[in-house]
Amino acid sequence: MTWSLFVVQLLNGIQYGFLLFLMAAGLTLVFGIMSFVNLAHGSLYMMGAYFAAWAFNNGLFGIKESFLIAAFVGVTGSFVLGVVLERTLLTGLYARDHLDQVLATFGLILVFNEVARYIWGVSPYYMQVPKALEGTVDILGIAYPSYRFMIILVGAGVALGMYWLIQKTRIGMLIRAGASNAPMVGALGVNIKLLNTLLFGVGAALAGVAGLMAGPILSVQPGMGEPILIVVLVVIVTGGIGSIRGAFYAALIVGVIDTVGRVFLPIMLREIMERSLAQAAGPAIASLLIYLVMAVVLAIKPEGLFPVKNG
Amino acid sequence: MSAAPVLSIKGLVKRFGGLTATDHVDFDVLPGEVHAIIGPNGAGKTTLISQLAGELRPDAGRIEFDGHDISAESVPARSMLGLGRSYQISQIFREFTALENVMLAVQAHAGSSFSFLRPAIDETALTLPAAEALELVGLGARQHEVASAMAHGEHRQLELAMTLATAPKLLLLDEPMAGMSQAESESMIALIKRLKGRYAIALVEHDMDAVFALADRITVLVYGKVIACGAPADIRNDPAVKDAYLGDQEEAI
Amino acid sequence: MLKTLKPAWIAILVMVVLAAIPIYAALASQPFYVTLFSRIMIFALAAVALNLILGFGGMVSLGHAFYLGVGAYAAGILTAEGITSGWAHLAAALAAGLVFALAIGAVSLRTHGMIFIMITLAFAQMGYFLVVSLKNYGGDDGLPLPTRSDFGIFSLANNTVLYYLIFVCLAATLWFFSRLIESRFGYVLRGAKSNERRMLALGFPVFRYKLAAYVISALVCVVAGFLLANLTKFSSPSYMAWVVSGDIIVIIVLGGMGTLFGPVVGAIVFLLLEELLSSWKPGWFPGIEEVINKHWLALIGVFVIVVILTAKQGLYGQLVGGRLGKRMANGGAASSGGTRHA
Repeated sequence: MTWSLFVVQLLNGIQYGFLLFLMAAGLTLVFGIMSFVNLAHGSLYMMGAYFAAWAFNNGLFGIKESFLIAAFVGVTGSFVLGVVLERTLLTGLYARDHLDQVLATFGLILVFNEVARYIWGVSPYYMQVPKALEGTVDILGIAYPSYRFMIILVGAGVALGMYWLIQKTRIGMLIRAGASNAPMVGALGVNIKLLNTLLFGVGAALAGVAGLMAGPILSVQPGMGEPILIVVLVVIVTGGIGSIRGAFYAALIVGVIDTVGRVFLPIMLREIMERSLAQAAGPAIASLLIYLVMAVVLAIKPEGLFPVKNG
Repeated sequence: MSAAPVLSIKGLVKRFGGLTATDHVDFDVLPGEVHAIIGPNGAGKTTLISQLAGELRPDAGRIEFDGHDISAESVPARSMLGLGRSYQISQIFREFTALENVMLAVQAHAGSSFSFLRPAIDETALTLPAAEALELVGLGARQHEVASAMAHGEHRQLELAMTLATAPKLLLLDEPMAGMSQAESESMIALIKRLKGRYAIALVEHDMDAVFALADRITVLVYGKVIACGAPADIRNDPAVKDAYLGDQEEAI
Repeated sequence: MLKTLKPAWIAILVMVVLAAIPIYAALASQPFYVTLFSRIMIFALAAVALNLILGFGGMVSLGHAFYLGVGAYAAGILTAEGITSGWAHLAAALAAGLVFALAIGAVSLRTHGMIFIMITLAFAQMGYFLVVSLKNYGGDDGLPLPTRSDFGIFSLANNTVLYYLIFVCLAATLWFFSRLIESRFGYVLRGAKSNERRMLALGFPVFRYKLAAYVISALVCVVAGFLLANLTKFSSPSYMAWVVSGDIIVIIVLGGMGTLFGPVVGAIVFLLLEELLSSWKPGWFPGIEEVINKHWLALIGVFVIVVILTAKQGLYGQLVGGRLGKRMANGGAASSGGTRHA
C-alpha cells in the first residue's frame, strides 16, 4: 500500500467525482424544479462524447485534432440537442406520472443507442488524448496525468461557476426558488417554461462536457451513458434530490469511495483473509461499495445528505 | 361531574421557520361533547388537527389520548387507539365503490390483513358494518356506486362514513361541511347531532350555523394562539373574539 | 365491484392456445416454437409478477430483472458446485430471493415516487456488477448450465416437459394473484396505491404490506429466472441488465397494467415483435433489411414512446373494458403512494 498509489487513486476518484458532478448537477436541478427525471441524460453524455470525437477526428473548418474545437462542438451539440429534445418531446411529459416519464425516456435511450450504433458502428470510437495534455503534472511529488488533472480543474471551475450563479445572481435566485416551490415561481410571472428549457439545455451541455472529457480515457461507444447514469442516480439520491450542494458532496464521496475502494479493498482483504477468498470477495464487495453507502445514507436519512427544504 | 377528557393537549408548539403556527395551545375534549375550533383563515386550525392526527410532529407540548401519551405515536397507531380523523379535502379511494371504501375502513380494525385467498367481499364481518355506516350517513342506496362517479357532497358523506367505520372514540372533523350546499349542510348538521354523545368530537368549522348548533364548547384560534375558550354564549359575547374574528359576522349569528 | 378478475374469454383463449403450442409445433415440425413460447411465457411470468406491485400497488420497480438473475444464478452456481437437484435449486433461489427482497425492499420502500424508481434501478445495477465480479462463476461471460435442473420425477431435458412446467407456473401464479387481488391483502395493496395517506389514517401499517407484496412479486420473478436459466442452459449477467427491467415494464404497459392478464398479452406481442423485427425483410428499398434487422431496438424504442403517448390502457386493457382499464390505469399516479412528488 504505497503512498503514491493512494494519492493517484485519490486524485482519480476526485476526477471521477467531478465527472459525476457535471452530470448530476443538471439532472438534479431539472428534477427539483419540474419533478422530472430524464433517464436519457446518459444519452446526452454519450452524444457529447461522439460529437467531440467526430470533430476531433474529422476536423472542422479543416482543422483536425484540435481539442478546443472538439470541446466546442461537443458542448454546443449537446446543448442544442437538449433544447430540441425538451421543446419537442419532454415538455409533454412533465404533467404525466413518473411511470410514463420513465418509459418514454427509456424508449429514447434505445433510439439514441441505435442511432449511435448506426452512424458510428458498434466498436469503440477512438478519441485520443490531445497532444498538449499527454504529459504529467507534479502533485505532492507524484507524477499525475495532465489530462486527468485538467478534468479536475474543469470540474472545479464548473462547480465554482455554479456556486456563483446559484448564490449570487438573479437567475440563481429563480432557480433556488423554483427548486423550492415551482408553481409559486410561475405564479409570480416568471416564464417558468423558458427557465426550464434553459436549465435543461445547460444540464445537457454539462453532460456533454462530461462525455467529451471522458471520451479519451473511457471508450466512446453506444450504451456508454447508462452505466454512468445509474451511478449519477446514486449520487443525487444520496446527496438529496434537487440539491446542487448535495450533488457536489455526494459526487465526490461516491467517486472517491468507488475508485479508491476498488483498488484498496482487495489489497486490504488480502491482509486479513486467505488469498483465494480475498481474490473472489475483493472485487465483489468493491463493486457493491457505493450502493451500500447509498443504502446506509437512506436508512438513516431518507431525504439524502443535503436535502432541499420544500416551501 | 368531572370526567377525564378523552383528548388533552398541553402547551403545543409548532414552528415553520420564522412562523409560529401553533403557539402554546391547550385544548381538551370531554367524553360525549362537541368541542368546536374556530378562527380566521391562517389561524393554524388544520396544522393543529394534523398534529393531533400524527401527520405533523410538534416542536413542544404533549398530547394525551384516552390516558396515553401519544405525542410520539405514528398515524396508524393513533387510529388503532381510537382516534378517527376526517379530512377537509375528501381523502377517499376513487376507484372503489362506496361499499369498498368503507369496508377498507372496517378492515383496518378487524384483525390482520395478511389474508391472501379469501375474497374480502365475502366477509360479512366487513360488509355488514360498512353497509351500516353508509346507511347512517345517508348513502345506503349508493353502496355500489364507484366513488369517482359520486357528487362532491356524497364524497363528504363517504369521508365521514369511513371515519366512523373505524369505530373511534374521538372524532377529529376537519370542516366536514366544506363545499356543501345549504341543504347538504343541514343534513350533515343533523347527522353530527345524532353522533353527539356517542363520540367525543373535535370539530373544525367555518360554518357558524353549524358551530353554534352543535358545539358544547368553542375554542377560538387566532395566529396559532387560543384567545378564548368556553360555552357558545360566552364566546358570542367575548369582546376579544368579536374584535379578532366574529366582527362583522355578528348579524349571521 | 371490480370485474377485473373474472377471466375474460380472451384470457382463456390465449391460455388454451399456449397450452396447445407444443402440439402444433410437433405437427408442423417446428420445435423452435416451443423454445420461443417458453421464453415468452417466462417473461409473461416476470411481468405478471412485477405488475402485482406496479399495476395494483403503484410501486414502479425498475430493478426487477435483479430477481431474474437471482433465480438463474442459484441454478447456475449450484450446478457448477455439483448440485443438480431442481428442488435444491428452487429452495436456494427462493431463500436468496427472500433475503435480497427483504433487504432491498426495506430500504427502497422508505422512499416514494421517482426516488423509489431510481433506487430500485441502482440496486439492480449493483446486482449486475456483483455477478460480473464472480470470476469463479463465469463473471462477464456468464455461466453455462451443462444439465438442466433435475427434479427426479420428471426430466427437464425434454423441451416440452420444460414448456409445460413453465405453463403450469404461469397458470398457478395467475390463479393465486387473482385470489390475492380480491383478498384483504389485495385491498390494502390497491388502497395504498390509491391513497396511501388515507390508508395510514385508517390505521393500516402500510409499510409492512407493501414490503410483503414486494417480496411476493420478487419471489415469482426468481422462479421465472430459474426457468430462464433452464431454458437457455445459461446464467448470464445480461439477465440483470437495466434494459431487461425496462423491457418488463414496457411489456406490462403494452398489455395493460390495470389487469392481471394484460402482461401476458404484452409479453406475447413484445417478444414476437422482437423476433419478427430482427428477421424481417420487407424489401422496400435496398438496405432496409440491414437497418431494421440490426437496429430493431430503435423501432422498439419509438414504439414504446408512441404507446406511452397514446394507448395508456394497453392492448388487453382496451379489449377487456375501456372504462375499467382506464380507471385502473389512470386511478392514482403510478408512483408509489399516489403522490407525484418525491
